Amino acid sequence: MSDVVILCEDLWHIYPGNVVALREANLEIRRGEVVGVIGQNGSGKTTLVKHFNGLLKPSRGRVVVNGVDTATESVNALSRHVGYVFQNPNHQLFAKTVEEELAFGPTNLGLFPTEVAERVKSALAFFNLEPYREMHPYRISFPLRKVVAMASIYAMRPQVFVLDEPTTGQDHVGVTIIYNLIRRLKEDGATVVIVSHDMPLIARAAERVIVLWNAQIIGDATPREIFADDALMQKTNLHPPQITELSRRLQHPALPEVALSVEELAGPLANLL
Amino acid sequence: MQDDIIVVEHLTYQYLGTDRPALKDINLRIKRGEYVALLGRTGAGKTTLCLSLNGIVPHMTMGEFSGRVFVDGTGTLDKPVREMAKKVGMVFDNPEYQLSQMTVREEVALGLENLGVPREEMLRRIAEVLRIVELDGLDDRSPLALSGGQQQRLAIAAALAMYPEILVLDEPTSNLDPLGKREVFRVARQLNKERGMTIIIAEHEVEVMALHADRIVALCEGEIVLNGPPHEVFREVETLDRIGVRVPQVTQLAYELDHLYGKWEGSYPVTVEEALQALQGRIGGY
Repeated sequence: MSDVVILCEDLWHIYPGNVVALREANLEIRRGEVVGVIGQNGSGKTTLVKHFNGLLKPSRGRVVVNGVDTATESVNALSRHVGYVFQNPNHQLFAKTVEEELAFGPTNLGLFPTEVAERVKSALAFFNLEPYREMHPYRISFPLRKVVAMASIYAMRPQVFVLDEPTTGQDHVGVTIIYNLIRRLKEDGATVVIVSHDMPLIARAAERVIVLWNAQIIGDATPREIFADDALMQKTNLHPPQITELSRRLQHPALPEVALSVEELAGPLANLL
Repeated sequence: MQDDIIVVEHLTYQYLGTDRPALKDINLRIKRGEYVALLGRTGAGKTTLCLSLNGIVPHMTMGEFSGRVFVDGTGTLDKPVREMAKKVGMVFDNPEYQLSQMTVREEVALGLENLGVPREEMLRRIAEVLRIVELDGLDDRSPLALSGGQQQRLAIAAALAMYPEILVLDEPTSNLDPLGKREVFRVARQLNKERGMTIIIAEHEVEVMALHADRIVALCEGEIVLNGPPHEVFREVETLDRIGVRVPQVTQLAYELDHLYGKWEGSYPVTVEEALQALQGRIGGY
């Protein structure tokens, strides 16, 4: 099987009334990549990623997921390949217990009850949710509810996870939990697409960043390259994290030119002080 | 003291049907013209404290209230919320829930109509506040056709039309994109700097609060844990970490250089400029 899990070729999306939401998007996402998608609201981020699991179908061009053209597949069939975690977990959760919530996806895939039970068990373990197994999803805290939403997608074992604004409405503790889960999903071999306005999260979690502006992909590079591109940042009205800005303004040969986290700058700086 | 526009004394509040108070013995004084940021985890009590400042807590919520809240000398228990709304403007996290009218102009007019402000005066105020938040020219637009940042600025305009002295913003940028966040922060700062308005804002964007706020109040489980200027509060990295509040990245950097490497002298920076100043002289020429 090819290394490319998502392929967009000359992808356009035009909403009724001739509103072009996405034009000429060309993109290859490889197995195991963690990709950040950034840009202001209305720039086309959500339109782009909703093509990955067939929630939207191309107006022009094509999208191929794990070798399958999304135009010919149902959302249900594509959910085996791509899991979509919505911004608001309240829109996604509906079962009476966490365990039932996790069983829903695999059951819907037509798996045998023994296999469903196995999937639920491994999802509970992976996300440290065992203590909440019998609780109502609405009785647990907002950060954990988000984790349950991610776990319910994990139980379907998709190759690709699309996380839509995973840290919106989360406090610092929630953000840390989600960052750690993204890392663990990667270690687990998953491909992760993160749509987010949270630049510190993107800087730390993503190894590649796609920038959307005015319905077009205008940047596709490592976070270091993206956050060092002043013209791109200015055009899109995006701001690198504070630590990145500091590293760029320090401009010292012994320091990283573009630091993406506090840790990256602290060590080299300690040697100079 | 005359200078304190808000005085909270021994405020404790417990919502009906909950097993612990949302606020516990809060004592807080805020000066006229101060810009105060409330930090804390979800559930720390930030929203309840905001709502107590114009009397929504306890007048419009069910629960047990003790202590006192004074706004400009008036006790919130002595006045109905609609009277307090003239002193304290409120803006919440989700602009869509606050906007109900067909046009931008009507949205701003709504509160004024309820106050019985004459038409001439009303039109004058609408024009004035829309100019302040830079929405002039969009008077006839539907609020639903605005961007998130514009909607939140409209919510601010609607609050400003009552000519309040205090603006309370409860996580006003949580649901906005970076551009929208910047617009809201800019308007709040202008109101504070140019018009001397008292700003109280619950926020998670600590780097922006380090730049804009005069004072940081950190809450945990209904109690005030830290209360002081940004430098004094953010240097308490361990306490803040324990209560689930992040510090600015440059402050974290200084803390790590100090504690992991023993390589920091003096106070911790909270802004990029301060970090540059502290570091540039010390990392040698090249």
